[in-house]
Amino acid sequence: MPNTPESDMIDVREGVVEPPEAFLSVRDLHVHFPTGDGLVKSVDGLSFDVHRGKVLGIVGESGSGKSVTSQAIMGLHKGSRARVSGEIWLEGRELNGYSEEQMRSLRGQEMAMIFQDPLSSLHPFYTVGKQISEAYRVHNDVSKRAARRRAVEVLGMVGIPSPDRRYDDYPHQFSGGMRQRAMIAMALVNNPTLLIADEPTTALDVTVQAQILELLKNLQREFDSAIILITHDLGVVAETCDDVVVMYGGQCVEKGAVTDIFYRPDMPYTWGLLGSMPRLDRTRQARLQPIAGTPPSLINVPSGCVFNPRCRFKDRVEGDLCVTEHPDLIEQSPGHSARCHIDPATRRTIWTEEIAPSL
Amino acid sequence: MTQTPDLTKRSTPAQENHTPPADGDALLSVRDIRKHFPIKGGWLGRQVGAVKAVDGVSFDVHARQTLGLVGESGCGKSTAGRVITKLLEPTSGSIVFQGRELANLSRSHMRPLRSDIQIIFQDPYSSLNPRHTIGTIVGAPYRIQGTRTEHGIKAEVQKILERVGLNPEHYNRYPHEFSGGQRQRIGIARALALRPKLIVCDEPVSALDVSIQAQVVNLLEDIQAEFGLGYIFIAHDLSVVRHISDRVAVMYLGKIMEIADRDQLYSAPMHPYTHALMSAVPVPDPDKEQARQRILLTGDLPSPINPPSGCVFHTRCPLYREVLDDAQKELCHSVEPQLTEHAPGHLVHCHYPIVRQDIASAQDAGIDTGAAPVEGAVVGIDGAGGNAAGGNAAGGVAGAGGQAGAVDN
Repeated sequence: MPNTPESDMIDVREGVVEPPEAFLSVRDLHVHFPTGDGLVKSVDGLSFDVHRGKVLGIVGESGSGKSVTSQAIMGLHKGSRARVSGEIWLEGRELNGYSEEQMRSLRGQEMAMIFQDPLSSLHPFYTVGKQISEAYRVHNDVSKRAARRRAVEVLGMVGIPSPDRRYDDYPHQFSGGMRQRAMIAMALVNNPTLLIADEPTTALDVTVQAQILELLKNLQREFDSAIILITHDLGVVAETCDDVVVMYGGQCVEKGAVTDIFYRPDMPYTWGLLGSMPRLDRTRQARLQPIAGTPPSLINVPSGCVFNPRCRFKDRVEGDLCVTEHPDLIEQSPGHSARCHIDPATRRTIWTEEIAPSL
Repeated sequence: MTQTPDLTKRSTPAQENHTPPADGDALLSVRDIRKHFPIKGGWLGRQVGAVKAVDGVSFDVHARQTLGLVGESGCGKSTAGRVITKLLEPTSGSIVFQGRELANLSRSHMRPLRSDIQIIFQDPYSSLNPRHTIGTIVGAPYRIQGTRTEHGIKAEVQKILERVGLNPEHYNRYPHEFSGGQRQRIGIARALALRPKLIVCDEPVSALDVSIQAQVVNLLEDIQAEFGLGYIFIAHDLSVVRHISDRVAVMYLGKIMEIADRDQLYSAPMHPYTHALMSAVPVPDPDKEQARQRILLTGDLPSPINPPSGCVFHTRCPLYREVLDDAQKELCHSVEPQLTEHAPGHLVHCHYPIVRQDIASAQDAGIDTGAAPVEGAVVGIDGAGGNAAGGNAAGGVAGAGGQAGAVDN
């Protein structure tokens, strides 16, 4: 049974698959890792779209599969033991079937990635500028001098003071925030249309985080690129994203516009996330409301709803449906879907009467 | 040193329920501690400079209360925590714990006191020895202090494991068998083993996922109430600090920029650095995020080897850059401000503190903000020069206007 209208579109035409309209479209993505202990289902049936000029936020806790998803889009699992199935469409091209060679021509050119830890993602042995101009020369047949000019230009664009001088610095001579800027410069040097930022600000202080997020937003406005922002911080999502995918145990449990997720969340896990974080913008609660238990094992994924062992609202469903049957991702209002067995009307009542007032 | 002013004392009647025990004596009084790490250079290996990691920090902690230390990386908050627990020797200053001076105690004299002051570390992965079982890790404090028999230790450890929400039957398991949140519980159990009076929590929840973070924060609050603990809660997350602390100190480049009771600080922050920090925290509400005005700090943290002259924050201060005139700027970069009381219990390390309620967080119910100074008004310009001119080595705890006197000794 199709989960979403989008997947309908593919299923009805056997064999001939129509490229989706969206700029980037991920369809029923599975990433499984065979290990000695069993098959780790890091991503298990994930679908989403990203449009140009928009930021998609992927939220989830450690082990929810958000980073593995981004690596799959970048084709970084190719050549590893990971089993990747499903479709990844970028501007009408299906990338999952691409060879490593074909991916390499896209990577850095049309799609680029910003990693969480800038210190370990920059090579300590080469100057920052050299690493950036190399990324440029791989895709552009230009002289070293032209590449240097371009690298200095992007370093200046991301707000590094006196970029011409800093070009010859090594990564250790940069502060944390500047290293992250250098990473962003490297990702932007070829004007990619898709930018994946995997926890780009997690290692940074709040004041630096504010600078980097501001920078990302400005750059996007300028180049009309599509951004996937992977984070565990709902505050960052509220600040930067247009659409949100909430992941739990390798699956998308809720997706929608950013206002849907924050003002009309429709899934107990999303409620739990909102309730467990202390917030500066609200009256201080006497007590935080954590989600009981721990995230699921990805080898022995719980039967039925993946969130059921931690769900406070299991008793709102007749019988043991939550434990026996895996709920589908069902669209409740345009663009807003959730994976939950609880009756939609009951869910709305729980949110407005029990959850929202206690936040 | 018993006459030191009571920095943790509550000021507003609405907070009566949080007031410290009747005796009023602080559990821990830290006065003007400094930690300078020497830089050796030249060919004789002489000291050529120092990293001023902590440079004159003073505060009090009471039983059953939490002092939050916030600041960005490199501000010296963790070093301060390590100096207090004497994992690092202070360069100067005084640390009085229950009336006893710790600053110059030797290791062997310090050891019996270690059962009273414990620490929980940030990284639950590297702070537990992977070769030891949970029983050994949590039982180690007893063995080191030589408090109980072997049989007694196991029973006691299992009791504590149960208290922190772990299965006592996991006594013989190794750290790698536990998740991050569970490991942090093991760290808490170890800190709790000897029934300490003060626990320094150094970023205890920063490495955890939000849903797990809330579990650990609640656990810390529960055991504080149950055992009457005093906490020093070191974190960079302003919202977690607001949740758990009674009093909060904001640090920058080894100094306290602002210290006040929690509600006072969050509803009427006065230091430009606190304003910038608070405005930078993203809130989980898209509409508010759209409407918010961010105060972006420019540049990077200056080096603690050569901190800026005058006010250490002036190189990045938005007020200095955009509002002050040249005469006022002169004061900022030539004279170091002292921590001065601008509202009851609210001390600010700034020549031109202003209250910014526009960026303050949501007010707690029942807190009267009417008494707070008018928005945007520059207060405390008069006297700032005087304070600074009279600045002595013991600065940092400039006395309170009406109720408490200046520090005498």
